[in-house]
Amino acid sequence: MLSTVITSGFFWRAVLAGGFLAVACGLLGVFLILRRDAMISHGLAHVAFAGVAIGLVLNFLPLVVSLLVCGAGSLFILKLKEQTKLPGDAALAILSSAGMALAIFLVSLRMNFGVELMGYLFGDVLAISPVEVWLSVALAFIVTITILVNYHQLLYMTFDRETARVAGVKVGNLDKILVILTAITVVLGLRIVGLLLVSALTVVPAASALQLSRSFHQALILSTIFSLTSILAGIVLAYLINLPASAGIVFLSIIIFLVIVGLKGLPRLSRR
Amino acid sequence: MISRTNKEANNSGTIIRVKSVFFSYDGPLILEDINLPVNRGDFLAIIGPNGSGKTTLLKIMVGLLKPQSGQVFLFEQKLEDFREWFKVAYIQQNATYLESKFPISVGEVIASSLYASRIMKGKPSAWGKEKTLQVLELVGLSGYQKRVMATLSGGQQQRVLIARALASEPEIMLLDEPTTGVDHHTQENFYDLLGKLNHDYQLTIVVVTHDYGLVNKHINQVACLNRKLIYHGRHEEFCQSSAFKELLEGGHHLIVHQH
Repeated sequence: MLSTVITSGFFWRAVLAGGFLAVACGLLGVFLILRRDAMISHGLAHVAFAGVAIGLVLNFLPLVVSLLVCGAGSLFILKLKEQTKLPGDAALAILSSAGMALAIFLVSLRMNFGVELMGYLFGDVLAISPVEVWLSVALAFIVTITILVNYHQLLYMTFDRETARVAGVKVGNLDKILVILTAITVVLGLRIVGLLLVSALTVVPAASALQLSRSFHQALILSTIFSLTSILAGIVLAYLINLPASAGIVFLSIIIFLVIVGLKGLPRLSRR
Repeated sequence: MISRTNKEANNSGTIIRVKSVFFSYDGPLILEDINLPVNRGDFLAIIGPNGSGKTTLLKIMVGLLKPQSGQVFLFEQKLEDFREWFKVAYIQQNATYLESKFPISVGEVIASSLYASRIMKGKPSAWGKEKTLQVLELVGLSGYQKRVMATLSGGQQQRVLIARALASEPEIMLLDEPTTGVDHHTQENFYDLLGKLNHDYQLTIVVVTHDYGLVNKHINQVACLNRKLIYHGRHEEFCQSSAFKELLEGGHHLIVHQH
């Protein structure tokens, strides 16, 4: 059984794409939660889904079309937030329902790609093609490097936005960079865990890490470890016991979260 | 500590010049025709009743808000053209605006600002570490660099923010009601620290405050604001002025230390 895993091209492609994505999600998630923007990945996933539908209708690389649509959508959300005086989550709700409506409309035009679209709704990491693997690896690598290069500015802005602005940090540009990185990560996540669970990738490992961290770089490291553990173990489980990888990955990350929260609660309970 | 060569190179008198500034948030005027210079070495307290525009004026001085008309000059340059922001430190109303669950150590608070500003350009990371130790010692928090920000008291957090500001070797520090919500003793210590920075390191300080009684033994300039600038001048003369009597009659409890 194990030997068939090791020689399987599907398996290694999934591990490669999943592993790189895990690092990007782990790092990005910490910033998103602390910016109180945890839901942005869920909202953008709907936009990315519309992008996939457009790609399928046009019969042109759905992942690439989705990247363009989702990237534009992410900048549009920033603009909406600025111009409408709405809290960020309202702008997000508007755009995500627009994305979903567009996807439904496109499916109704050409029902024959419905099955393929389902793959993006629930994720299908083992069906990932070699081209998609390399695209995922390259983009996840770009996300990771961009975060690390701008680490201090991002941390300063996330911790203390106004003071960072006065100190000359270009917060507007960094906002744009962060939403675009989120858009890229979401599109890649769509292939692996699907629209409905993609926000779990960016939020849950980071939330677990924040329970334990005593410094910011510790939070980033722990979040990446939790993210890698759940994605890679989820893929192995999917291959071994035929569990849907997306569900397995999210279950594992939530189990990690619950165990940490439980362990933290224990000393308090025993003191009673 | 605070780079002297920088100072000698740019020894012109006026650090900030506010010129005919008007401001409103889509409504009545908050600030009307404000003219206010801040000179090198000043310790200026901006006082005035609630809603008098003190915080707004401070935000305009550091470029966080744009005035409807008028102009702000920093180091004799128009604010829009000013690029040397590491010379200007801005400290917001007490540290409680910060996310209390943010996992960040004191050392990281200072390092993030050092590396995000231009001050670290071309310097080895050892310089940054040394700087961190120096500024923590200066604010009385030696040995705190590994502590989590969230576990510190309000007064200690405020000192960390001062240390962060000092690390980039500013020439002026602007503070907005820095001691709201901390106890009286901590407030006194805090203003003593500001007094020391102004006196020993010639750091120019502008502080928006309600605690006039606490700062007045350290300051040399007062600006009294109530939409318009009612008074600006030397602290000693302020106590004899009609603006001061008006403030007292307005129910302001001011304990005044005479020099």
